[in-house]
Amino acid sequence: MIVLDADISVKVHKAVQDAIQKYGASDDELIPILIHINHDLGYLPSQALEELSVIFKKPKSKIFSVASFYGMLSTTPVGRHVIRFCESAPCHVVGGRVVFQALIDVLKINPGETSKDGKWTLLTTSCLGICAVGPAFIVDDDIYGNVAPAQVQTILARYE
Amino acid sequence: MSTVKTLEDLKRIREEAIEKRKAKAISGEVQVIVGMGTCGIAAGARDAMKAILDVIEINNLSGIIVTQTGCIGLCEKEPIVQVVLGEQSKVTYGKVTPEVAIKIMKEHVDGGKPVQSHVITLT
Amino acid sequence: MKTARSMVLVSADPESIRRGSEKIYSTFQEELSQLGLQDEISLSWLSDSGRHNALPMVVIYPEAVIYGPITPEDVPYIVEEHLNKGRIASSLVAPIHELSGRIAWLSSRKGTLPAEKRIVLERAGIINPEDVQDYILHNGYKALGKVLITMNPLDVLNEVDASGLKGRGGAGFPTGQKWRFVSKATSNKKYVICNADESEPGTFKDRLVLEGDPHSIIEAMAIAGYAVGADEGYIYIRGEYALAQERMRLAISQAQELGLLGDNIFNSGFNFNIHVHSGAGAYICGEETALIESIEGKRGEPRSRPPYPTTNGLWKKPTLVNNVETLANIPAIIRKGASWYRSIGTPKSPGTKVYTILGNVNATGLIEVQMGITLREVITIYAHGMKGNSTFKLAQTGGSSGSIIPASLQDTPMDFESFNKAGVALGSGALLICNEDTCIVDLCKVLVNFFKNESCGKCNPCRIGNDRAYQILSNIAEGVGTMQDMKDLESIEMYLYQMSNCGLGQTAGTPIKDTLSHFRAEVEAHIKLKICPTGVCRMSGHKVN
Ligand SMILES: Cc1cc2nc3c(=O)[nH]c(=O)nc-3n(C[C@H](O)[C@H](O)[C@H](O)COP(=O)(O)O)c2cc1C
Ligand code: FES
Repeated sequence: MIVLDADISVKVHKAVQDAIQKYGASDDELIPILIHINHDLGYLPSQALEELSVIFKKPKSKIFSVASFYGMLSTTPVGRHVIRFCESAPCHVVGGRVVFQALIDVLKINPGETSKDGKWTLLTTSCLGICAVGPAFIVDDDIYGNVAPAQVQTILARYE
Repeated sequence: MSTVKTLEDLKRIREEAIEKRKAKAISGEVQVIVGMGTCGIAAGARDAMKAILDVIEINNLSGIIVTQTGCIGLCEKEPIVQVVLGEQSKVTYGKVTPEVAIKIMKEHVDGGKPVQSHVITLT
Repeated sequence: MKTARSMVLVSADPESIRRGSEKIYSTFQEELSQLGLQDEISLSWLSDSGRHNALPMVVIYPEAVIYGPITPEDVPYIVEEHLNKGRIASSLVAPIHELSGRIAWLSSRKGTLPAEKRIVLERAGIINPEDVQDYILHNGYKALGKVLITMNPLDVLNEVDASGLKGRGGAGFPTGQKWRFVSKATSNKKYVICNADESEPGTFKDRLVLEGDPHSIIEAMAIAGYAVGADEGYIYIRGEYALAQERMRLAISQAQELGLLGDNIFNSGFNFNIHVHSGAGAYICGEETALIESIEGKRGEPRSRPPYPTTNGLWKKPTLVNNVETLANIPAIIRKGASWYRSIGTPKSPGTKVYTILGNVNATGLIEVQMGITLREVITIYAHGMKGNSTFKLAQTGGSSGSIIPASLQDTPMDFESFNKAGVALGSGALLICNEDTCIVDLCKVLVNFFKNESCGKCNPCRIGNDRAYQILSNIAEGVGTMQDMKDLESIEMYLYQMSNCGLGQTAGTPIKDTLSHFRAEVEAHIKLKICPTGVCRMSGHKVN
């Protein structure tokens, strides 16, 4: 387990409390709560799952099994910005392959990896539902469609 | 708006809406409608929207209402912007980049002449 | 290719050719160019219309009129009457009893409306989705008022039954029947769930409704709740649809403010409330029992069925699960009546269907048309033709679990029955149209990759089968496949279908099956000749493990 310093521990605790405050601790809110914490912290640290285990009176393994099931949740730390590239057929057929290669070339990391400076994580995802403007990808919460390989550099340059 | 309890209440809200529309049209108000579905946004609708708002702010224009609508299914043509001048019928533009948006604001909204090169037909 | 306003098809089976259909074709060519109509009207061959007495035959879309038997001398008259003046040349119309079943369905297609027929997407892109007044201005909440003030729950069930509406979530289950099941289940608590997980690749029709017309779903869910006896609803929206969730939440609060949700709606004593529940990135949560597990805060793994959600659903209570598009039909059915609805589409599949058009065509996007149109019509008329005049090779329907349709089947009508007969899945309505630059091995690999990633992992055939199939296809794409690999793919496909626990695994083999049955030669070229005919695959000669 990664040992967190006190600062981060406080942050995690606050994120958990905020989410519980917002949704209430009932079973049907567990997933919204996990999404909320994941959004706040970028991922779900072990400490957060532990705190939720106490609040929901469920073994931590149960909470972990839910957290690890869903594609939008991460149980490991990610870079400052997460790129999710659509790899489904409709985007693929209209040129997704070339755009993905351009991303890999610019970022110099492979899918599933985080860059050494901790800035980027590159992930693939299934269809995002904007196939008519494919190829498409998301950076954090921003959606980009009709992407041509040459645009990749400009888009990434918008992020600090 | 008060709560709806009968079909008459519903009718009243409808009539209010129709009245409002008529009044707007008669006063020559200009409506700029931006298609803001996810497809549109992914294709750059936010940039178009921003350009439109900038033109309004920089030139201190008034009497222009900027609203949004969902996606109409012409994703190929996104971002889509529609302009209604008073009682005239709606003009629809496709592939509206910020530059095109500025042009539309200058020539159509301000000058009254549609930018023909970007007009699309809804079929 | 330019957009065609009409499409003329001349039958090209051996019997028609023997009876002179080539001359008919060339006469059409001459006549059309004489009138200067050659750019507006597309002319092509109809490959197989079955055996019947009306050959040679000419079909003209979008009116879907069948003329036959036709001689070259009839052509100028048809061109003048039908294509130039827009009147149907009724003296030449083929008698229905002379047509084979394969083509006779066309005559059952009602209406001759060439334009799109919008019911589900009536308001999307027209109204301001964040303004409830705009919805009411466009006939909004009229149906709910009518139901609560003038109808009892049984009337509503009967009306929905009579409309013949079928579920648009993929399986095509009769909606009225499903409502009846839930209505009959006895319980002190019932739920209505709107399935807005829409994760089928290539599908975004539900998003258009959620983003563009959120109140229509609220209205429909409340009507459903009244009909089946539920007072609480959930809309399960996939996590990636942030904007749809936001708009839906706003719409719900507006409806509450107006008293159109909450207690004693329209003074009828009926209470109804709706929660928005976000998904978190799992395709399988579109399966209704997995969706229910997910709302309950668990891993989205499908339950074993029976019992079905209609009796044991959310929190073990009777639950109605309907797709967004299915629900969006409801207010119009109530407002205009079941017989109006039945007058659209085909007798067995009434109503419209929303299709998303994607791939190598000139106009991607979304259309809502009557049930029963053909792929050829979609490509020529609605998609404005293939991009850069390329050649149509195949279409993939209904997302990943849909079928791969080769060009030869493009005249099969797209409705539930005909597709079932042709062994094709209509699925969610995605139409991925591919040209001759698409490699079948590469496409199949991408489709299988989807299932490999989205398998929930609960049952072995699906988890292991998809992984192995992906590996085999990758090897074929790298030029190191063997003929044994094709046999292995066939058995994996069979095991997936027979042994998987839920619909995901059961349909995961479809792309493999279709690839091997329609495009076997192309796969064999990769294996035996070590070439990729389209030049897409890398063929590096290295095994991937
Ligand atoms: C793997 C799988 C994924 C599914 N995904 C969806 C989906 O995204 N949206 C949907 O409405 N139905 C989906 N379904 C179908 C649902 O289980 C269910 O049949 C449907 O929501 C019923 O609604 P309807 O009767 O209105 O069609 C899926 C089914 C399976 C097996
Ligand atoms: S396939 Fe890429 S967004 Fe749908």
